[in-house]
Amino acid sequence: MSCSNEVLIEVKELKKYFPVRGGLIGGKKEVLKAVDGVTFSIYKGETLGLVGESGCGKTTVGRTILKLYSPTSGRIIFDGDDITDLNDRQMRPYRKRMQIIFQDPYASLNPRMTVGDIIAESIDIHNIAKGEERKAIIYDLLNKVGLSKEHANRYPHEFSGGQRQRIGIARALAVNPEFIVCDEPISALDVSIQAQIVNLLEDLQDELGLTYLFIAHDLSMVKHISDRVGVMYLGKLVELAPSDELYDRPLHPYTRALLSAIPIPDPDATQQRKRIILKGDVPTPINPPSGCRFRTRCPIARERCAEEEPVTKDFGGGHMVACHFVE
Amino acid sequence: MDKVLEIRDLHTSFFTHVGEVKAVRGVNIDIYKGEAVGIVGESGCGKSVTSLSIMRLVPSPGKIIKGEIYFNGEDLLKKSEKEMQRIRGNRISMVFQDPMTSLNPVYTIGDQLMEPLRVHKKMDAKSARQQAIELLKAVGIPDPERRFDQYPHEFSGGMRQRVMIAMALSCQPELMIADEPTTALDVTIQAQILELLKQLKAEYNMSIMLITHDLGIVADLCSRVIVMYAGIIVEQGTTKEIFYDPKHPYTWGLLRSVPRINMLSKKRLVPIDGQPPDLLKPPKGCPFMPRCRYAMKICKEQSPELYSVSETHKAACWLLDPRAPAVRWDKEEVNFR
Ligand SMILES: Nc1ncnc2c1ncn2[C@@H]1O[C@H](COP(=O)(O)OP(=O)(O)OP(=O)(O)O)[C@@H](O)[C@H]1O
Ligand SMILES: Nc1ncnc2c1ncn2[C@@H]1O[C@H](COP(=O)(O)OP(=O)(O)OP(=O)(O)O)[C@@H](O)[C@H]1O
Ligand code: SF4
Ligand code: SF4
Ligand SMILES: [Mg+2]
Ligand SMILES: [Mg+2]
Repeated sequence: MSCSNEVLIEVKELKKYFPVRGGLIGGKKEVLKAVDGVTFSIYKGETLGLVGESGCGKTTVGRTILKLYSPTSGRIIFDGDDITDLNDRQMRPYRKRMQIIFQDPYASLNPRMTVGDIIAESIDIHNIAKGEERKAIIYDLLNKVGLSKEHANRYPHEFSGGQRQRIGIARALAVNPEFIVCDEPISALDVSIQAQIVNLLEDLQDELGLTYLFIAHDLSMVKHISDRVGVMYLGKLVELAPSDELYDRPLHPYTRALLSAIPIPDPDATQQRKRIILKGDVPTPINPPSGCRFRTRCPIARERCAEEEPVTKDFGGGHMVACHFVE
Repeated sequence: MDKVLEIRDLHTSFFTHVGEVKAVRGVNIDIYKGEAVGIVGESGCGKSVTSLSIMRLVPSPGKIIKGEIYFNGEDLLKKSEKEMQRIRGNRISMVFQDPMTSLNPVYTIGDQLMEPLRVHKKMDAKSARQQAIELLKAVGIPDPERRFDQYPHEFSGGMRQRVMIAMALSCQPELMIADEPTTALDVTIQAQILELLKQLKAEYNMSIMLITHDLGIVADLCSRVIVMYAGIIVEQGTTKEIFYDPKHPYTWGLLRSVPRINMLSKKRLVPIDGQPPDLLKPPKGCPFMPRCRYAMKICKEQSPELYSVSETHKAACWLLDPRAPAVRWDKEEVNFR
């Protein structure tokens, strides 16, 4: 992959809090800290993988970067421009350049629109093409994602889960974006189509110089597609490293647990392996633990972990870790 | 061993404006008490429609057009809707593939979890609440008391999925059908859910029909695997038979396309090229023929019969006919082992 040294996305101390309904203890409104101070960059042409426990804030990071959620604080810089405080109108030129493929292929497609119209939605919004030209683009996109042009006049409910996700990908590609947040784009697909889609995403990246934020649970696939991988835990980025480095030399105790739990598609091997099973309470982002957020489940936590939040340090070659006791 | 489920020659179609989509075309499945069976196969091959048929929840314009589905010996296709309501969510439960559309956005998570307990188990509000909170805890939802009164959109994708699992387990079903139950879960939570399922299987003799594309989960949880393609079963066997000695070219392709964690990270993945057949007009021969590199003349003309490889292992492929040329599965190409 040919990723440059030029930064496309820069996220600084990004926070996104959600209000909690009814949470008025002592008159103070409670908040859910979905993303709580996350800093990273994505280079042009790079794929940055993002993994972590369900509910740790991955989707929220992706959606906040695209300003689908307004950030609580922090900065988002896109191609040198600070877009944090732009209003909807000011965001318009950027919208076309950044797209998202959603996690839930069911909820994200309008059931009353034909597949062709869904794919062409942004083309229509941005007035990119009309008539025959528009049709040609739709057919080309359907073909790119492994569907056929006969599908353009059908409705989303006529498709299986995997087929719907391909429609979502075609829609994201329609406006020739530079940056795509892929929010679990392949979770709903069967493995052979996962391979097709991942190859497709890689080809498109080579061809068009696309930059991806790739959110997924399938760590083998994340490793395969990403140049670097970030690991999140409860609203924080706890480790970030080049892909092979992270898998060969995980340093954060949470990353280690995560890697040890990867399902192995081999019945004998899976019976023999040792998993690090995390014990202890799963904390809540409404009231996260003091100090290090992982300490309630960390197998090597000590007193200091409750008192002091670990700062993120570089352990060489851009391998960033936030833990007091990295060996 | 007793069978909890016995499906005989199931055919389910969708009567759309362009014609009849033959989604399930003669499927036979047995599931024994206390066992977990994995169902794998390409997107659109009819896994969900098969499970919806068992629940008698095939959406219109879909219709079960033929077959029998015995649950503990009773044909579900002969039951009234009222009788089905007493079975669904109670004796047979299902985790649906789409967690967002199967949770009702206008009711709180807690209300939705308590409903089956109140309806089927006749619990009062207080004990239903207590039980529901226990269930949320069991599936790893932090701070369940507070989460109880939230609405589905306030939950992350994986949390919604866990709510669906909790709901499916709430009445201790004899059979749980889980359609891609862990796609939105990270591996640590997934491991926890798999442990929970194993435990329920052992303790209550619960049977599980697990639909998934994650072969790692199948290897971990299931003792048998059924491989579907274009509305039919093309191969079935014990998990070891399918993983170590697969016989159908589609299964070979499936195993080959899985990336493995210790494989070189930039090695290109090997998908199965081409598309599955259009189920509006399924081919008369082997449905995998256009994508099969071993296809022979007969494959196009006649659909293969189900050959027995062992007592437990069967595959529908002409290569298993004694007259066919010997073809070996190239293990080297598989990314694991
Ligand atoms: N619109 C919202 N309103 C209130 N809370 C929300 C909203 N969206 C997300 N949250 C909360 O923010 C936290 C992070 O959610 P997010 O969807 O970002 O997690 P995630 O890492 O993508 O999880 P998953 O892997 O399950 O998709 C969760 O606790 C979730 O309940
Ligand atoms: N409401 C419907 N109208 C028309 N065709 C449908 C409908 N629902 C499903 N189908 C068709 O039935 C076939 C089987 O679909 P099904 O949802 O069972 O696939 P699946 O194996 O579960 O796939 P996935 O892995 O993508 O979930 C598909 O070809 C699909 O297009
Ligand atoms: S800082 Fe402490 S609790 Fe946190 S990961 Fe490191 S050792 Fe564990
Ligand atoms: S029957 Fe023929 S076409 Fe079908 S899988 Fe076997 S060899 Fe290939
Ligand atoms: Mg998410
Ligand atoms: Mg399905």
